[in-house]
Amino acid sequence: MASARVPLVDYLRLEPEPHLVAHECRHCGARFFDRRNACARCGRSDFAPAGVDGAGELQAFSIVHRAAPGIPVPFVSAIVKTDDGTWVRSNVVNCDPTPEAVKLGMRVRLTTYPVGTDDDGTEAVAFGYEPT
Amino acid sequence: MAAQISPDSVWVLGAHMTRFARYPDRDLIDLASESALGALADGEVTVDDIDVLACGALFQASGAVGQRLQKQIGQTGVPVYNVANACATGATAIRTVMMAIRAGEAEIGLAVGAEQMGKMGLLGGAATKKEKKVFEPSGRYGAVTGVDGYLGTETMPGVFAQAGTAYAHDHDGVGFEQFARVAYKNHLHSTLNPLAQYQKEFSMDEIMESPMMSYPNTLLMCCPTGDGAAALVLVSGERLASMPSHVRKRAVKVSASVLTSDPFTEDCQVQPDVNTLTRNAANQAYETAGVGPEDLNLVELHDCFATAELIHYDNLSLCEPGGAGEFIDSGGPFRDGTTPVNVSGGLISKGHPIGATGVANVYEVTAHLRGEAGDRQVTGATVGLAHVIGLASACGVHILEKAAA
Repeated sequence: MASARVPLVDYLRLEPEPHLVAHECRHCGARFFDRRNACARCGRSDFAPAGVDGAGELQAFSIVHRAAPGIPVPFVSAIVKTDDGTWVRSNVVNCDPTPEAVKLGMRVRLTTYPVGTDDDGTEAVAFGYEPT
Repeated sequence: MAAQISPDSVWVLGAHMTRFARYPDRDLIDLASESALGALADGEVTVDDIDVLACGALFQASGAVGQRLQKQIGQTGVPVYNVANACATGATAIRTVMMAIRAGEAEIGLAVGAEQMGKMGLLGGAATKKEKKVFEPSGRYGAVTGVDGYLGTETMPGVFAQAGTAYAHDHDGVGFEQFARVAYKNHLHSTLNPLAQYQKEFSMDEIMESPMMSYPNTLLMCCPTGDGAAALVLVSGERLASMPSHVRKRAVKVSASVLTSDPFTEDCQVQPDVNTLTRNAANQAYETAGVGPEDLNLVELHDCFATAELIHYDNLSLCEPGGAGEFIDSGGPFRDGTTPVNVSGGLISKGHPIGATGVANVYEVTAHLRGEAGDRQVTGATVGLAHVIGLASACGVHILEKAAA
């Protein structure tokens, strides 16, 4: 049986190319990644799926050295603003986890990497941002 | 500037806090009782004078802490409100009593904040659950397993580190050294406060070289967990006016009491926005009190991490817009500076037993306005501000003024 791949979260789509999909409020355009009851900005409840630009800029970060047991450290936690103005929380990957290598305002792009396999051989795939 | 007693004003009549520390041999109610009884004695009233009790203890929020406190210090049958609002829990207890007095339902009320955390360690990063055997999406993000550590951090040192680096992204003159200097200042201040959990000075090198938690926050730039309690007796101006002059002279006016939550901002759902609601609370408080940031003789603000304190200089308008780095570099928030900030040692050194914090910072400002702050007294203080913020978020700001002689 061929091993399957699933995204770590449902707003990550692996095909045709990895990308994020947000719930966009049809009324005010606010974007969200979680299952919605209504819009936190305007209170309406009509949403449409919206593809999110894969390229963006690093707005904030922390190099995390202490985390809960089982979480590999150090890693670079990041807040990215994509070129279409969407805010995303993820990690910076493929980059030394040092203050010298991680620069505020640096250009990044979406990438994916495996984070584990379940008992059926299904692989979970996370997204991160790498420097460009 | 000194405040007159108008009938519709609200005043701090009594105040108390325990030393923040670790009390393995005492329970939460012991700590809450010590502060409650201390505040009653300080205000020269008894539990029979109290018309309303609000009690905040975050990690025991469902434990009827207010009623258990009454069972130790006096079951008078008055209404009890047990409140929980993250790190703004104590401030919320104060506001609850304020609202009862303003609504005319109470003349004198007691606000208590208490917490017993022991050595809880790192907050915010839940230990990963045992890996599921089968990846199936669950929860609002359809996650097949825990995302902490893969899609950013959920730990408090990391979340507040990002709030600090976001500020550094937008403004010049802010870096590791500026954040470290905040911690240097607060550790230095704590050496004068016998109520602080830690009372030890550290050098800049010791702070910057202490174990890295979440860059740029090192261990010495993070508040500890701990135990403690604080309590305030609040009174209406109308009732205060009938009290003896020596009581009136020690009363401190609550010139503004504000609680906000975070309004929608573009980034608020992927990172906590600790700025907008703090700015909103501060602006409302300044307008209500009729004072400006330049009038403040001291500020106790929510330095859960050094990165947090720095950005709140700007959020509370203690510095020029964008000028928080320059403000700390110039010495402005040191106890001999233009606006002393966290002369108590702040959360970083004084400690942060969560439910107690929002009451303890009002206690601290009150002590200075009364001229009773001992070695750490800010000379001639007449106006002060107390700020707390809890993630999710809730922000409490209180402005206090010394009574007219």
